[in-house]
Amino acid sequence: MPSSGPSLEAPDPERHAVVTRGLTKRFGRVVAVDHLDLAVRRGELYGFLGPNGAGKSTTLRMLCGILEPSEGEGQVLGIDLRRNPERVKSAIGYMSQRFSLYDDLTVGENLTFYTRVYMVPRAERAARIERMLRLGDLVGRERQLAGELSGGYRQRLALTCALVHGPALIFLDEPTAGVDPVSRRTFWALIRRLADQGTTILVTTHYMDEAELCDTLGFIYQGRLIAHGPPAHIKAETFARQVIELAAADPRAAADALADWDAVEEVVRAGARVRVIAARGGLGTGAVTDYLRGRGVAVEWANEVEPTVEDLFVSFVDRERKARVREQLRALGADGT
Amino acid sequence: MWSRLHGIIVKEFVQLGRDRLALTLMLFVPVAMLFIFGWAINTDVKHAPTAVVDQSGSVEARTLLEALANSQYFDVRHWPRSTRELTRMIDDGTAKVGIVIPPDYARQLARGRAQVQVIVDASDPQVATSAMNAATSLAAARSLALLAQTREGTVLRNDAPPLDFRVRAWYNPDLVSAIFIVPGLIGALLMQTTVSVMAIAIVRERERGTLEALVVSPIRRWELLLGKIAPNLLVAYGQMTMALVVAHFVFDVPIRGSLVLLYGLSAVFMWGTLGVGIFVSAASRTVPQAMQLSFMTFLPSIYLSGLLFPIEGMPPGAQWLAHVIPLTYYVVVLGVYPKPVVMAALRVAAPLF
Repeated sequence: MPSSGPSLEAPDPERHAVVTRGLTKRFGRVVAVDHLDLAVRRGELYGFLGPNGAGKSTTLRMLCGILEPSEGEGQVLGIDLRRNPERVKSAIGYMSQRFSLYDDLTVGENLTFYTRVYMVPRAERAARIERMLRLGDLVGRERQLAGELSGGYRQRLALTCALVHGPALIFLDEPTAGVDPVSRRTFWALIRRLADQGTTILVTTHYMDEAELCDTLGFIYQGRLIAHGPPAHIKAETFARQVIELAAADPRAAADALADWDAVEEVVRAGARVRVIAARGGLGTGAVTDYLRGRGVAVEWANEVEPTVEDLFVSFVDRERKARVREQLRALGADGT
Repeated sequence: MWSRLHGIIVKEFVQLGRDRLALTLMLFVPVAMLFIFGWAINTDVKHAPTAVVDQSGSVEARTLLEALANSQYFDVRHWPRSTRELTRMIDDGTAKVGIVIPPDYARQLARGRAQVQVIVDASDPQVATSAMNAATSLAAARSLALLAQTREGTVLRNDAPPLDFRVRAWYNPDLVSAIFIVPGLIGALLMQTTVSVMAIAIVRERERGTLEALVVSPIRRWELLLGKIAPNLLVAYGQMTMALVVAHFVFDVPIRGSLVLLYGLSAVFMWGTLGVGIFVSAASRTVPQAMQLSFMTFLPSIYLSGLLFPIEGMPPGAQWLAHVIPLTYYVVVLGVYPKPVVMAALRVAAPLF
C-alpha cells in the first residue's frame, strides 16, 4: 500500500532534484495547488498522476519558474523558485503534449533554434545536435520538415529539443498523448534509459502501463498529494480490483442503477461508456448485464478491462473522502467507522 | 542574449521563406490593391484652407472674400503679407488654396475688367477640383451680380464678365487623382499587411503550442518581440519599395522629396503598425480571429486617417481618434514625397512632428 503524506526521508537539495514545502497556488478563491510537499530524488523517473484539473499543470508551471507560488517554497536543482525563476528556466528541459515543434522548419532547424534559445555555446552546437539526432533515432532526417514526420518521430524530436542544452532535470507533460502504442513503448524505453543515465524526469501520464515503468508515483487530487510510493505498491492495489467497461443505450440510467449496488465500489461514466470498479472476483460481465437488464437498462456490450490510472484514482479518492468523513465524525465525538 | 534574439530572427526568416503563399501575398497584394483603388477612388471636399493676399484692401475686395467664405468651399485662415509668403504656405501645405487680389482691384472692377489670381495645390486633386469649380462658379455669380448692379437689372448676353478668376493648379496641373490617392494607399495597404502578419506570427505560435515552449525557455519577452518585429519590418520595406515602384511607373507619381527621409519615417510608422499587430495578437486565440481583428483595425484607419476625407471636416471625437491612428501621420508623410519640400511640410501638416 502506498504511504500517504510527506516522504519519510528528509528532502535535501543534494540528493533531490525537486523539493517543495507547502507549495500553494491560488487563483482568486480557487486553490489549484494546496500545500504540496514533493520530493523527487536525483536520477529518478517520477510519475506525476492525477485527473485533469487536479493541479498537475499548475504544479509543473510553478516548478518551471513561469508561475509564482502564492505560498510555500520550492527548489529545483537547488535553485530557489521564488528568487531565481529565470535560472530555473535555463536549467531545466520541458516538453508538453503539444510537442512545441515548428512544422515549417526542418528537424535540424528545430534543434538549432532551441540550441540558440538555450544559449548552447556556438562551438558545441553541431556536436550537441548530432548527439540529439542519434538519441532520438532521427539521423538522416535532418532535412525533413517537422510537419511531415509521423507521431513517434515528432514526439522524439520534441524530446530532443527539450534536451538540447543537456538539462539535469526534465518535465514531460503527457508526452505520449495521441501517439500509437509502438511509439509509446519506444519513447518510454528512451526516457527510462535517460533516467538510468542520471537525468531526473518528472512525467505526467494517464496510462497504467507507463506508470509502472516509473521509479516513484505521486497522486495529486484537488491540489493535494494524496498518495505516493513505488509502482509495485500501487500494483498491489490494482490487483485487488477489477474493472468492467460497458456500453448502454442510456448510460446515465445504467450508472445510477449500478451505483445502488453493494458489490460495486465505484461507477464512472465517460461519454456513452460506463466503467464499473469492484473488488477482484466480485463481479462478472454476465452478472452486471443481468443486473442491469433486471432494472430495465439494455446493455450493448460489457468487457472486463485493465484498470487505468484513473480507476486507481477513484479508489484513492474514495478512501480519501472516507478518511475525511471519519476525521469529522471523530471530531464530533461520534464512533467513526 | 544575442544568441536567443538571433535564434528567433533566423527562425522567423526561415518560416517566412517557407510560407511561399504568405510571402507572395505580402509582396503582391498591396500592389494589386493599389491598381484597383488607385483607379477607382474619387471624392468631393469642402473647407479648403485658404490664404489670401489682399493687396487692394478695398470694400469691393472684402465683399468678394465674404462671398468666398459663404460658399463653404474656402476657409480663409491665413493672411500672408506677400505673394512670396503665400507661395511658401502652399508649398508646405499650410494652405491648399491661395488668392491674390491685385492693388487696383476696385479700379479694375469699375472698368468692368477685374482679375483675381487663384492658386490651387493640386497634389490633392479632390480639393483642387472642388476648389477650382467653386472659384469658377463664384466668379460667374459675382459677375452676374456686378453686372446687374451697373446696368440696373438688364444683363446683355454678350457682356464680358467683369470678374475673372485666373485659376492655376500647382504641382499636379493635370489633376491626376493618382498623385494624391496612390501614396496614401501605399500607407493603408502597408498597414493592413503589417498588422495582420505580425498578429498571425504570434497567434500561430500560440495555436500550435510553440509559445508554451518559448514561455518556459529562457527567452525574454522583448527578445521574442524584437525577434519577430525585425524580419517583418524588412519584408514590409520590400512591400513598400514595390508599391513605390508601381506608383512611379504606372501611376506617374513623381518622387521629388527625400527618399531617405521617407524610408526613415516609414520605419517609425511600421514600428507602430507592428505594435498594433502585437496588440491584436494579445486579443485573439486563433489565426482567423487575429485576421478578423486586424481587419477591424484597418477600416477605421482608412476612414479616419485623412486618406479619404480631410480630418479638418470631422467632428472633434473622430479627430481625436484620427490622431491615435498611426496611418494618419503616415498619410501626411506619404503625401509629401511627390513635392520638393520636406521637413517644413511635415511639421505643419502633423502637429506631432
